[in-house]
Amino acid sequence: MPRIASSGPGSVPRWILAIAIIGALFVVLPLVAMVVRVNWGEFIPLITSESSVDALLLSLRTSAAATALCIVFGVPMALVLARTSFPGQRIARSLVLLPLVLPPVVGGIALLYTFGRQGLLREPMNVLGIQIAFSTTAVVLAQTFVALPFLVLSLEGALRTVGTRYEAVAATLGAGPTTVLRRITLPLVLPALVSGSVLSFARALGEFGATLTFAGSLQGVTRTLPLEIYLQRETDPDTAVALALVLVAVAVLVVGLAHQAGSRTRAGGGLL
Amino acid sequence: MRFTFSATVARRGFDVSFELAEGETLAVLGPNGAGKSTLLNLIAGLITPDAGEAVLGGETLFRGRVFTPPHARGISLLAQEALLFPHLSVLNNVAFGPTSAGVKRADAFRTARRWLAEVDASEFETRKPAQLSGGQAQRIAVARALAAEPRLLLLDEPMAALDVAVAPAIRRMLRRVLESRTAIIVTHDVLDAFTLADRVIVIDRGHVVEDGPTRSVLEQPRDPFTAGIAGLNVLAGIRTARGMRTAAGDELQLPGPTGVTPGTACTAAIRPSGIRVSGERPAGTANSLRRVVRDLEPRGDLVRLGTDDLAADVAPALVADLDVTPGSSVWFSFEPSDATLYATAR
Repeated sequence: MPRIASSGPGSVPRWILAIAIIGALFVVLPLVAMVVRVNWGEFIPLITSESSVDALLLSLRTSAAATALCIVFGVPMALVLARTSFPGQRIARSLVLLPLVLPPVVGGIALLYTFGRQGLLREPMNVLGIQIAFSTTAVVLAQTFVALPFLVLSLEGALRTVGTRYEAVAATLGAGPTTVLRRITLPLVLPALVSGSVLSFARALGEFGATLTFAGSLQGVTRTLPLEIYLQRETDPDTAVALALVLVAVAVLVVGLAHQAGSRTRAGGGLL
Repeated sequence: MRFTFSATVARRGFDVSFELAEGETLAVLGPNGAGKSTLLNLIAGLITPDAGEAVLGGETLFRGRVFTPPHARGISLLAQEALLFPHLSVLNNVAFGPTSAGVKRADAFRTARRWLAEVDASEFETRKPAQLSGGQAQRIAVARALAAEPRLLLLDEPMAALDVAVAPAIRRMLRRVLESRTAIIVTHDVLDAFTLADRVIVIDRGHVVEDGPTRSVLEQPRDPFTAGIAGLNVLAGIRTARGMRTAAGDELQLPGPTGVTPGTACTAAIRPSGIRVSGERPAGTANSLRRVVRDLEPRGDLVRLGTDDLAADVAPALVADLDVTPGSSVWFSFEPSDATLYATAR
């Protein structure tokens, strides 16, 4: 018998354990099925073909840019939601978090009618001579749109947990609001900022629907890895599976690294 | 650094005003929920009053639409918990005030080391707050508050969260650093008021009910709460030729000339240990009052019997003999020499 949840404090009923194992298998089994299906003999040539490398590099580049945008805009948004109160704040929070529950393809259409050639902002964009739709910029915007709530949500939660007591002490020691933000608030929520950024990066990396709708699928310009995988699935299943595995590997790597960085920051906050 | 304060917060029923002279340390006493924290938060600028005015050393903290933000007030707040910044070393914590004021790092560290030495905490310089005990952390919090060179120092029950064993050392240290410093200390402990403060105000339900030199407020309390923490019984009434008549109509015999004119309001203070308790009305005792016991509370090797207005400390054997329980009716008696009579108007 495995000695997992037999008895004692912290144990769970056996039937809970059984259901949990079924749930875990549901997540792990498809991944195993994919690994089994990979054509290992052709693996390296498949993932180093020109279109594959283009798609991978484009995905990494755009996801990094989208994560940067999420931090630039998400940190102030989380601060305003967690540290101020204004009429309609609940509604504002719901709207900001809407992309979490919105089908990405709907997000893509919304972006198209905002930044597209016939969109809401066509006049100012015409004046400035900017074209966004169906460009790499559009990919970044689509990814930012769907990834931003992840950063805002995790950071806002951390800000509320940390509370305002340290900030109040810092203020009475003569630190102005910007100094308090830089030296107290942000260092205290750094683990959440790191994990929120990682979630945003992972979400951006996997973005498909909004990208396809708003940015299209142009090799080297807007065809990110998920789009390439979907395209190859019809004509060349071996390439699709190989690339899918690459995407899984990148995701696992990023999450693992960030988890380590996060736990080191946490330990640093507590001990050395 | 003279400080004048007057503020109302309607929502909390708070309406307090007082003044503080340069170099004076003021103790603020009062029951839970009396408005002590509101007072400190108003002074520190963490909440805004509905109306009022506060001026520190000629600079307005708030008045009408004028509101100086906390970081520009020059007022440090030391709370019950040390609240050292967990991500900074002890030295960086103490240097936080100076560096925030724009002092160069090397100079800020010099100031920080001087204050760490002042509170006997130099050896913890490189530690992180999580590696400190409660007493050590509170010492460092004091150093951090003082390193910011506050014009006014606020202390919110600085010993309340500490071990009983650690508190005396912190109290001695505070006594040293508060010497000739303008400070306000909120406390529950009458010992803090005696050892640290020149003056005491007592707040109850958002209003100042006592204000005066520490010794006089605590030895001749007017307010039942003050009497309670000073360990005294107080009875209020009107001065008569032989003593006083209490509000309830009891005639008491009290010591002779006290300078209180007959017919004016006066207060009598009696130590709980000076009161004898008996089942029958004692013969030959000047003052005897029948009271219903509300609660019994062990106090060292004595038991304190509490009633609506009097408390007495008696031996457990007597409690057993008289079979006293909450609701019992017993006689409280005392000799005139066990009481102190003084005018209610200060």
